[in-house]
Amino acid sequence: MTSTESIEYWRWTESRWTNPDLDWKDADIITAGIDVGSVSTQAVVMVDGNLYCYSNMRTGSDSPDSANRAINWALEDTGLTLNKIEYAVGTGYGRVNVPFAKRAITEIACHARGANYMYGPTIRTVLDMGGQDCKAIRCDQRGKVTAFLMNDKCAAGTGRGMEVFADLLQVHINDVGQMSLVDDEPEPVSSTCVVFAKSEAVGLLRKGWSKERVLAAYCAAMAHRVVTLLERLGVENDFAITGGIAKNIGVVSRIEKELEITAPEPNVDPQLAGAIGGALFGKALVEKARKKAG
Amino acid sequence: MKANYGYKDGSGEYFITVDTDLCDGCGKCVDTCPEGVLEVVENELDPLAEELVARVTEEHRKKIKYSCAPCKPTGESRELPCVQACEPRALTHSW
Repeated sequence: MTSTESIEYWRWTESRWTNPDLDWKDADIITAGIDVGSVSTQAVVMVDGNLYCYSNMRTGSDSPDSANRAINWALEDTGLTLNKIEYAVGTGYGRVNVPFAKRAITEIACHARGANYMYGPTIRTVLDMGGQDCKAIRCDQRGKVTAFLMNDKCAAGTGRGMEVFADLLQVHINDVGQMSLVDDEPEPVSSTCVVFAKSEAVGLLRKGWSKERVLAAYCAAMAHRVVTLLERLGVENDFAITGGIAKNIGVVSRIEKELEITAPEPNVDPQLAGAIGGALFGKALVEKARKKAG
Repeated sequence: MKANYGYKDGSGEYFITVDTDLCDGCGKCVDTCPEGVLEVVENELDPLAEELVARVTEEHRKKIKYSCAPCKPTGESRELPCVQACEPRALTHSW
């Protein structure tokens, strides 16, 4: 008999990437954005405002260490070193703990700016669904925040909750969304609180519900919860979702259905929005300082 | 920009909204608040601007229901002290 203990279903894949079409040696301004979240950390390096390389990994128990690991992994094999980065911006939950960052900027501003870069200047509403909270943001054509709203006090209905469900149902986190798309949509679970929803799900499984239907009930509850958040702020087209949950088709499609709008497909990892925004603010701050200096 | 600070829970919505386009950072709301809920800082949501604006302190954001309770009208309705003090009318609340 094999033990299932060694399989960790929640464990999403870490990744890194370098843009083969860009060379940092030709660059005028090299900036970095480090988004230290509660669950994941991203490091992004941009040369003259274009995405050059990134890494996306899990946040450890030590924020400064996570930030260092993320930037070192992003820079691996690029020949670029930390001292050549002119301006680094820290953002996210652990933003004040990025040792090499010149400035910490709130993730709300960074996600709006990042979504503007990733999805284009027509984006007016951004929903950031992170590991521990979610935020509804409205922005203008330059990615400047015009209004924002945070979720309630707890981490209910966020990425971490999804990880708990993946583990409970023994479904790999990458497959959760697809698996939840069932033909006979069940009622959403009554609570998005991770602890209550988990015990409700256990009850449903005992009743004989399939994993697919339980996942559907949870994804629907999560979608409904963020839709109420968005409705309070008001949704204006175009609409985009950033953060890890943007990769979960089960939640995304249910949000789209409730709001009757479509979010564009991301062309880069939607988890990078905060770090990209940070790096772009870095560039803007360098330009501002240079202008001042004449 | 409309910055909403607060939360919604089973008992209602508790948000203080600062319209940063109207707020001139004078700080009168800070002085009038008996609980120290407000502060005036650089606009964190617009990192390229340098103007000062009011915001709800990190400490109070998740307990506004309780922090703002002493100023809630009991008899006839009246404006909160912070709202009254704000000359450009930048402060609003959800209750």
